[in-house]
Amino acid sequence: MLDQSFYTKTDEILSKYPAQERSLIPIIHEVQEAYNYVPLELLPYIAKHIGITETKAYSVASFYERFSFEPKGKYIIRVCDGTACHVRNSLPVLERLREELGLSSQKKTTDDMLFTVETVSCLGACSLAPALMVNDHVHPAMTPDKATEMLKTLREEDAKS
Amino acid sequence: MTERISSREQLNALRDKYTAAIEHEPVRILVCAGTGCQASGSLAVWEKMSELAAGTEVSVEFGAEIAHGKNFPAVHKSGCLGFCEQGPLVRIEPLGVLYTKVKPEDCEEIFDVTVRNKDIVHRLLYKNKITGEECFNQDEIPFYKGQTRVVLRTCGKIDPESIDEAIAAGEYQALAKALFTMSQEEVIKTVLDSKLRGRGGGGFVAGKKWQQVAGQPEKIRYIVCNGDEGDPGAFMDCSIMEGDPHRMIEGMIIAAYAVGAQEGYIYVRAEYPLAVKRLNLAIKQATERGLLGDNILGSGFSFRLNINRGAGAFVCGEGSALTASIEGKRGMPRVKPPRTVEQGLFGKPTVLNNVETYANVPQIILDGAEWYRSIGTENSPGTKTFALTGAVRNTGLVEVPFGITPRKIIFDIGGGIRNDKKFKAVQIGGPSGGCLTESQLDEPLDFDSVKKLGVIVGSGGLVVMDEDTCMVEVARFFMEFTHRESCGKCVPCREGTLRMLETLERIVAGQGEMKDIDELRTLADLIIHTALCGLGKSAPLPVVSTLNAFPEEYIAHIQDKKCPAHVCQKLKQYIIDEAKCRSCSKCARGCPVQAIDGKPKVPYVINQDKCIKCGACQSACPFKAIYVA
Amino acid sequence: MGKMIIDGIPVEFTDEQNILSVIRKAGIDLPTLCYHSELSIYGACRLCNVEDDRGRMFASCSERPRDGMIIKTSTPRLVQYRRLLIELLLASHHRDCTTCVKSGDCELQRLAHRLGVSSVRWGYKERTHKKDFSSPSIVRDPDKCILCGDCVRVCEGIQGINAIDFAHRGTEAMVIPAFNKDIAHTDCVNCGQCRVVCPTGAITINTNIRPVWEALADPNVKVYAQVAPAVRVAVGQAFGGAKGENVMGKIVAALHRLGFDDVYDTTFGADMTILEESKEFLEVFEKGGPFPLFTSCCPAWVSFCEKRWPEFRNNISTSYSPLQMLASVAREYYADPAKNEGKKIVSVGIMPCTAKKAEILREDLKRDGKQNVDYILTTEELISMIRRAGIRFDLIEGEAADMPFGIGSGGGVIFGNSGGVMEAALRTLCEGPERSSIEQLRNSGVRGPGPLREFTFTYKGNEIRAAVVSGLAEADALLRRIKSGESIYHFVEVMACRRGCIMGGGQPAHAGFRTKEARKHGLYESDVNTQIKKSNENPLALSVYDTLIKGREHELLHSHR
Repeated sequence: MLDQSFYTKTDEILSKYPAQERSLIPIIHEVQEAYNYVPLELLPYIAKHIGITETKAYSVASFYERFSFEPKGKYIIRVCDGTACHVRNSLPVLERLREELGLSSQKKTTDDMLFTVETVSCLGACSLAPALMVNDHVHPAMTPDKATEMLKTLREEDAKS
Repeated sequence: MTERISSREQLNALRDKYTAAIEHEPVRILVCAGTGCQASGSLAVWEKMSELAAGTEVSVEFGAEIAHGKNFPAVHKSGCLGFCEQGPLVRIEPLGVLYTKVKPEDCEEIFDVTVRNKDIVHRLLYKNKITGEECFNQDEIPFYKGQTRVVLRTCGKIDPESIDEAIAAGEYQALAKALFTMSQEEVIKTVLDSKLRGRGGGGFVAGKKWQQVAGQPEKIRYIVCNGDEGDPGAFMDCSIMEGDPHRMIEGMIIAAYAVGAQEGYIYVRAEYPLAVKRLNLAIKQATERGLLGDNILGSGFSFRLNINRGAGAFVCGEGSALTASIEGKRGMPRVKPPRTVEQGLFGKPTVLNNVETYANVPQIILDGAEWYRSIGTENSPGTKTFALTGAVRNTGLVEVPFGITPRKIIFDIGGGIRNDKKFKAVQIGGPSGGCLTESQLDEPLDFDSVKKLGVIVGSGGLVVMDEDTCMVEVARFFMEFTHRESCGKCVPCREGTLRMLETLERIVAGQGEMKDIDELRTLADLIIHTALCGLGKSAPLPVVSTLNAFPEEYIAHIQDKKCPAHVCQKLKQYIIDEAKCRSCSKCARGCPVQAIDGKPKVPYVINQDKCIKCGACQSACPFKAIYVA
Repeated sequence: MGKMIIDGIPVEFTDEQNILSVIRKAGIDLPTLCYHSELSIYGACRLCNVEDDRGRMFASCSERPRDGMIIKTSTPRLVQYRRLLIELLLASHHRDCTTCVKSGDCELQRLAHRLGVSSVRWGYKERTHKKDFSSPSIVRDPDKCILCGDCVRVCEGIQGINAIDFAHRGTEAMVIPAFNKDIAHTDCVNCGQCRVVCPTGAITINTNIRPVWEALADPNVKVYAQVAPAVRVAVGQAFGGAKGENVMGKIVAALHRLGFDDVYDTTFGADMTILEESKEFLEVFEKGGPFPLFTSCCPAWVSFCEKRWPEFRNNISTSYSPLQMLASVAREYYADPAKNEGKKIVSVGIMPCTAKKAEILREDLKRDGKQNVDYILTTEELISMIRRAGIRFDLIEGEAADMPFGIGSGGGVIFGNSGGVMEAALRTLCEGPERSSIEQLRNSGVRGPGPLREFTFTYKGNEIRAAVVSGLAEADALLRRIKSGESIYHFVEVMACRRGCIMGGGQPAHAGFRTKEARKHGLYESDVNTQIKKSNENPLALSVYDTLIKGREHELLHSHR
């Protein structure tokens, strides 16, 4: 069972959109932004509010790569594996990050919930390949060593906050 | 309080007012704030510049209240200048000087030398990579020389977060012209006559779509902008949305007026947060100004614009999948007919064009169809923006007239191949496209010519590949992409891409057989002819194109178990050069699987059966004695 | 209107919605795996691709016929593509074909055979998902799913339920309930239409053949069966008989051979239902409400109403469904030691319906904690049993159903058609000369095409406003109109399956338009051939009121929801 606060927050989000099917994706976006993931329990609640079945809500939410039903870390690192980044060796960067954090293509989030490492098709920063994005911030021209350095900085930043 | 513009005259007055205000700025510092430059730290540069401007007791103002008076240097964030690789870029007007790779610690010097004394900080100028010459301003840089900027004409010159600057730059003039001096039919006719073709990939004539929507019996119509630039290696639309959002919005309003639509949607990739932010801001500002919403410019015409964020599905770049996604459904393409112009968004007639297409519209309305046709080729008029990336010296966003050759783009604008490597191929059209080889570099680049070469212009990604690129691995990469992004609806795309990917994975791992090539071709042929949507039909093209152009690379992988470009991990052989080895044992100690043996004074040897090709030995060797064969 | 050339043959078309229909009309069985004329066009299987005279290739299911078109349906490359598509589907399919319950009746298997796919070059799919046995009606086996989406579209589009849908995407895509929970924990009403349209073994009937067979073999058990009206017009075709032919006599004989001690006709129960329901209706009608009264025989409808429209729950007639009527009365009958011979009684319903498997489990239909019916065998399961037992159905001589529950009226037998319950009920209210008044009713609008029919009936000078609806999405829309006051009715018949029980979830699948029509006419024909037309003239039904259930009608014939 989710804490009541989740529903209060969701009500707040729901109030911003018309109670229609087309509001589903924007609402899920906002829920994910609030919690870094989409708590499954909220889908039937959202579905009922906008007048669709929970089956439909799940069907739509599970279609889109960006929506995650698993909690994500505080820092979501999206390593670009677009063509430009790929030909300029983005894979070693990804591998280093996974190695440092003990993650894999299956296990994407660290146990301390600090980091999530995913790949993304393109960040639109192809000129600065290989690139990655930490939350909403793009890091250009990465190398495996820079990635290690970046993790260190993020850890320090977290310790401070 | 923002002033609502309620007539054409008021718009013109405002334009003149803001232009005058800008002209009053003795020095205007534009810090590029596109995704690329921001990633390189341009915001810190902007902050520092602003601080310095404040520190010298001159006020820095933005937006509606651009400062008047003398001696006030103004610091602005600008849209993407295109030369992202050299970022952060700083442009100083009216000198026109362009500084590259500017760091916060450079700012004071810029202020002292350039802002105060109108002199040049030479070390921050771009140097011609071949001649070594300093390039004082943008036009001297080879990267910009070969370009023709129509869509990007204002991008980088104004603050995209200020509608006043956009108005000063002449934006919304075309809208006013259309609303007050042209009938709906005239607007459509102009766009039709301009032969403007959709920049999203297919190259369908935009005016035809408009005409078809305008002719539908159903009166509720929608305008949709496809900003779901999903091709990996493409960021043209991103730059336009970030750098000059009003131009594209203006194009959409004109389209809405032309076909009688009341509402529009912009579908933007969620991976472009800056574009989303700036579009939201632009819509807000335009609405406040009376350029969107009810009774636009007092003309009686009303149009509302919404933004929908994508959620990570490449297939949503396909028209019917995109509209399904806006409707709150799974982004799966549907069968056509009925087509989008008949029954698109919410089942209503819909004009669906991409960002760059709409961004072309205002200038066509202003300067006319004939002017537009004077650029580019007969059947592909105008310009095309490309994201030039990969193994070229100069990467970035470029805009060139159609008909230019790939060679010009790669070698003149792009400055040739990095590190003096040999050119191998250029990938065009992303996962739906293919590659062009050396012999095809002098063919004109336009919709129809490239089609004859078996590739498509696509949305405009140009990824240059050098001799160090393995084309089989590139094919595998694209196949992995299209397979991952297949919506799973139709059998050939869902199942066919899976089996093609498996086959390619076998080949790059050295487990391929010659019959795999036939199987790849068989499956490719099936998918091309039977897939449900355009993205599915084009999914095998990167494979077909590399199979045609580089059959010997496939054969090398399959028969010789070798990767000629030394890229494929499983086909690599790490070898110790006996002449260089000093038997220091560092490689053996670094090897995670104990595959290296040796004795003092005798060159070490790698046991190829044990080796897992991790490359640890190569990095460990202090004498560079280990090479890949 | 127009003419096109298909494979060199000129073919006229009229109102066909797509080229595929024209092709099939021309006598060419173009294969498809995702096309059903009553569902929306999906276009996913790509098997129906054809070529025009310019070599353009397109899916014929989604293209409108145009005058003068020249179409080829089986050029070498089209045939080659079809084979490849099937091969690709098989590569991702859990291929335990020889032991699959759907073997022999599987559309994928049939096409593989027909197109000569003799080897599969790509991977072999191991079992990766658990089968879902949670529902008493259907079994889900996602490893057999080919993602044609037929079930999704029938569940959502025709039935308005959306218990299952696509989830995830690409090769990960699956058809599952929300959150991949068990189907039993969804809004599923057990109508079984998903399994009717499923081309493979991904959704099948949850079968009860085994326990029934064990009971038949047990000397200490007496097993009786009752056969629903719709079953008799759907079995013959499976054994080479004519479409829609009434083979009740042969079914009775086969059941006797299988070892059933007594075989009854559910038509008897239908008459009982009409007796009770029309009484109930008249009470409501004379009292002036609450309106409308809904029929109660369809368990999927009852379940739907309870889940989606609880406010109308009490408007559903409390009269038992025909199955429960007969079983409840039979329970009294077998209570007599002379009749049960000291044996345990096992009650089996042979039904066209998967939802009946859920109905028999309902608490409100149990008496003294015991179910009235122990097992439901669908028509499909009955056919399987006859085949397994090696009974030559084509040669078997027909037999009469056993007494005392072996006779039903013509009104009872048409229960299997949408509109049949309403017609039977109103027949009992017919005044004036019997033949002409029944004829008048028949032409009042109660029969006819389309999922919704509205008509009026005059009873003692008063107008009864009635509606007949089949398909739950249609029913849903009707309920919305009733709730808003837009539509006003006194009496409404709802059947969950389009066209009624003849197209129930337990009937043999692959029924095309002609089969559907033949089944319908088969039942109406049986009515014509029956002497007793009205339920309230069935002497056997009337007699039980004075004997077996005397004074206990309310207790024994009504549900106490």
